[in-house]
Amino acid sequence: MELPTSPLVARLVEEFNKLPGIGPKSAQRLAYYLIRVSREEAKALAEAILAMKESTVFCSLCQNITEADPCLICRDEARDRTKICVVEDPLDVLPLERTRIYKGLYHVLHGIISPMNGIGPDDLKIAELLNRLKTGAVREVILATNPNLEGEATAMYIHRLLSPLGIRVTRLARGLPAGADLEYADDVTLTRALEGRQEL
Amino acid sequence: MTKPRTYKTKAIILKQVPLGEADKILTLYTPYMGKLRAVAKGVRKPRSKLSGHVEPLTHAALMLAQGRNLDIVTQSQTIDSFIYLRQDLHLTSSAIYLAELTDCFTVENEEDPTLFQLLLHSLHRLSEGMCSETILRLYEIRLLENLGYRPEIRKCVYCGTLTPSPCYFSPSGGGLLCLKCRHKESLAHPISPDALKIMQILQETNPYTHEELQFPKGVARELEHILRSYISYLLERQLKSTSFLDILKQSEVDRVVQKL
Ligand SMILES: [Zn+2]
Ligand SMILES: [Zn+2]
Repeated sequence: MELPTSPLVARLVEEFNKLPGIGPKSAQRLAYYLIRVSREEAKALAEAILAMKESTVFCSLCQNITEADPCLICRDEARDRTKICVVEDPLDVLPLERTRIYKGLYHVLHGIISPMNGIGPDDLKIAELLNRLKTGAVREVILATNPNLEGEATAMYIHRLLSPLGIRVTRLARGLPAGADLEYADDVTLTRALEGRQEL
Repeated sequence: MTKPRTYKTKAIILKQVPLGEADKILTLYTPYMGKLRAVAKGVRKPRSKLSGHVEPLTHAALMLAQGRNLDIVTQSQTIDSFIYLRQDLHLTSSAIYLAELTDCFTVENEEDPTLFQLLLHSLHRLSEGMCSETILRLYEIRLLENLGYRPEIRKCVYCGTLTPSPCYFSPSGGGLLCLKCRHKESLAHPISPDALKIMQILQETNPYTHEELQFPKGVARELEHILRSYISYLLERQLKSTSFLDILKQSEVDRVVQKL
């Protein structure tokens, strides 16, 4: 890796390098790109970051990122308050909202149980979920963690916690993605797809 | 051994870490190339042909191509995804522990077909629902032996007294100590005759013909503690997945009540 010339550029490269998915090469490219943009553009970027940081909080109910607490979804009277859909991170709410089928509430865990990385249930917003269930208004918890090893482990763990509470716990159906090719489907996906088959 | 430009291998996927936007770095354990790290491209996209076949704790047949830095996975076909194991939280976390243990004790490109077979066998056993304590302890003892850390559990490591009583296990001494020699090592745990006997059975019987070995809860705890202490002494740290195993053993309800 070639060394940046100025310590200030090096500092920026280092900051970019901390971002997820950005390696040293990309960090350098971004920093050198910003050297060439106008002062206004650079300022807009810096201000956007600060403004976002200063005026967003976690919703005290669903833990999603919001500017007003409770968030828009939690405040919306039209939403079905008997259902909570549990997702790994805030980005997962968007595709679910896009379907326009789900009208319930959400709960964002902000992570996933990852034993190999030392991330356990206490590092997630699980206690906050249990707190929300205390009122007895919620009848169904939909576990929408990703269908991979850690997502399944997290779903099984939450299921275990909730089963004594007598609340219905469901899991998003797993099956073949649109455009998939049966030939390349793995056993786990195919097994689940068979289990979840439906009348035409 | 020099690798050809493309090659095939069977492997157990030990873990994955995200790389860039859509890729993942896999840690593979193979029978003839030992541990291997390789890139699986595009597996975070929903239509990836690879993604379901490179999940951690999958036994798969892979095709790889030499890359500039890390090799690239070009194809993967699941041989066994241990579905039953994946449906049980305790079995899943036990299997994750086996994978982490293997990852921590092995180095890249050092072949060890015996250990590969043992790991595969252990995953099959877990997936058949066999007592996970037995499988974990058996794998720990055999892995240590394979890698040159066979604990001496027949006699005192200093004076050679056979099956001393009282008896201690010393991680730093790599085996048993008698009462007289106990002070020669700073680290030593008392070990009961029952636990010692089970440990000897696990060390000496054929791991593949091994039938279900049930032991009382107290002995199971004791053995877990002793082996964990030996393992963390050798690694100079705790394995990360042990804390989740411990959490699962506690009564869940108690735990939640404590926290709220
Ligand atoms: Zn909210
Ligand atoms: Zn002695």
